Amino acid sequence: MSLPAAPAATVAELVRGLAAKRYSSVELTRAYLDRVAAAQPGLNAFITVTGEAALAAAARADEARAAGRGGPLTGVPLAHKDIFCTEGVLTTCGSKMLANFVSPYDATVVAGLRQAGTVMLGKLNMDEFAMGSSNETSFFGPVRNPWDTARVPGGSSGGSAAAVAARIAPAATATDTGGSIRQPAALCGVTGIKPTYGRVSRYGMIAFASSLDQGGLITVSAEDAALLLGPMSGFDPRDSTSVDSPVPDYTATLTDSLDGLTIGLVKEFFDDGLDADCGARIREAISVFEKQGARVREVSCPNLPLSVPTYYVVAPAECSSNLARFDGVRFGHRCESPKNLTDLYSRSRGEGFGAEVKRRIMTGTYVLSAGYYDAYYLKAQRVRQLISADFARAFSECDLLLGPTSPTPAFRIGDKCDDPITMYLNDIYTIGANLAGLPGMSLPCGFVGGLPVGLQLIGPHFSEARMLNAAHRYQMETDWHLQVPAAFA
Amino acid sequence: MSLNRADIENIARLARLELTETEIPVYVDSLSRIFAFVGELDRAPTAGIAPMAHPLPGLAQRLRPDEVAESDHRELYQRNAPQVEAGLYVVPKVIE
Repeated sequence: MSLPAAPAATVAELVRGLAAKRYSSVELTRAYLDRVAAAQPGLNAFITVTGEAALAAAARADEARAAGRGGPLTGVPLAHKDIFCTEGVLTTCGSKMLANFVSPYDATVVAGLRQAGTVMLGKLNMDEFAMGSSNETSFFGPVRNPWDTARVPGGSSGGSAAAVAARIAPAATATDTGGSIRQPAALCGVTGIKPTYGRVSRYGMIAFASSLDQGGLITVSAEDAALLLGPMSGFDPRDSTSVDSPVPDYTATLTDSLDGLTIGLVKEFFDDGLDADCGARIREAISVFEKQGARVREVSCPNLPLSVPTYYVVAPAECSSNLARFDGVRFGHRCESPKNLTDLYSRSRGEGFGAEVKRRIMTGTYVLSAGYYDAYYLKAQRVRQLISADFARAFSECDLLLGPTSPTPAFRIGDKCDDPITMYLNDIYTIGANLAGLPGMSLPCGFVGGLPVGLQLIGPHFSEARMLNAAHRYQMETDWHLQVPAAFA
Repeated sequence: MSLNRADIENIARLARLELTETEIPVYVDSLSRIFAFVGELDRAPTAGIAPMAHPLPGLAQRLRPDEVAESDHRELYQRNAPQVEAGLYVVPKVIE
């Protein structure tokens, strides 16, 4: 496969190129659309490509620039995970249930990035309703990893990670409920950021588990994430858990010194489950931070090993409640000739949801049902408190935590489909941050057997600027994030 | 912990999910495994620990003033509906 050349390596470069009039947004957008078309049969990263609308938006961006209007991001193409509602555009959430749903409105994230001038290339594939760690549960078929198309890209934001890794989109939005930004970013060798719970509005982001869901980004570099995070962050009266605190200029502190930064290595992250070669890449990365003046110390979060079982009570409980809205009445899939109202509900849902979504709805229904609520749901929410307290204690001793993002590099498509627990354990290092509402990042830090490895940073609430700063300093000293799979170079 | 066929049928009924004959044994097996796995939580020392109510410490659900903030978009929203008539959503007869 030969792809037309990518116009630039990073969003930061595109910003400079557009400002210097090296290319127009229409030229850029056309170049990325050509790459999307060439790569789509092999990767299946997109569910919908909005080519005509993208070229029209790019033409408007060029006019705005010519008239001296617009900002640094005006005319930069990107793509949205298909969990974000986009007005007048198919929004499927990777499900048969919403295979015909044309959103009547924009998610706040989508509107914010459009107002900043970005141009949407289309909607990206994902695990159905963001439930999965391999992008194999999508109704629209699995996404393939650009580094080895026999392997998964991770999930649930598998389309976002694969598209950025293959440079068919310069950047992509994504969401993270238990690792769905960081894990695919790690498996595809790109940068991912899950902000603090409440930092990015959830309005128009189709709900999975509302106390855990958070929108974020998958990009080539931390600098790109810093450029794009501002316009999608901030208070939104339409999201009752949106936090009303000012959004800093994330680009302003990117190059700050790491002198005196204390990084905690979470003991529980370096367990027997961590692939030895992946562990070696993480330790190499630690020395890069040390060379820049960071101090490293070990910390312990003793309750963290309980994060996966905690999550598999809390997340399905919230999912069963959120997905009750899909009833075949107001929107979404409806079964043929329903006998009565119950039949309409049950058959529409039975036909519209895939196997993993049904598994989670039933798990959640059970833990919330009479007689089981205290034993499962309340117990899990108490353990969640313990896990949060572990993190709070760790942050009294250090500024950021560091560890692996995922226990192994990308696995083969089909390898972990038989046992849900094996699949769930992929997120063992990422789920803790969601339970505690903390921001987290994944950064490329090397390769094992030709497959990318990701290192994870976790920070205190609202420490995105410090985390992006540390990540950017790491990427100034390394070029793992600039590696492109040969077939897509 | 082990679930049986009747448990799965009951959960599916509560969740309004019609399952096929082939799906039922799959969920008997996988939900049993999930609840055995989740059973690990029993060993967590949670005596005297309050259940977490919000991911951010000290923050509670925000309320807004009870004022009209949205306009009527019924026609737009109903474009996604499987069946509407005279601005109403049509479902099978509920009262005989």
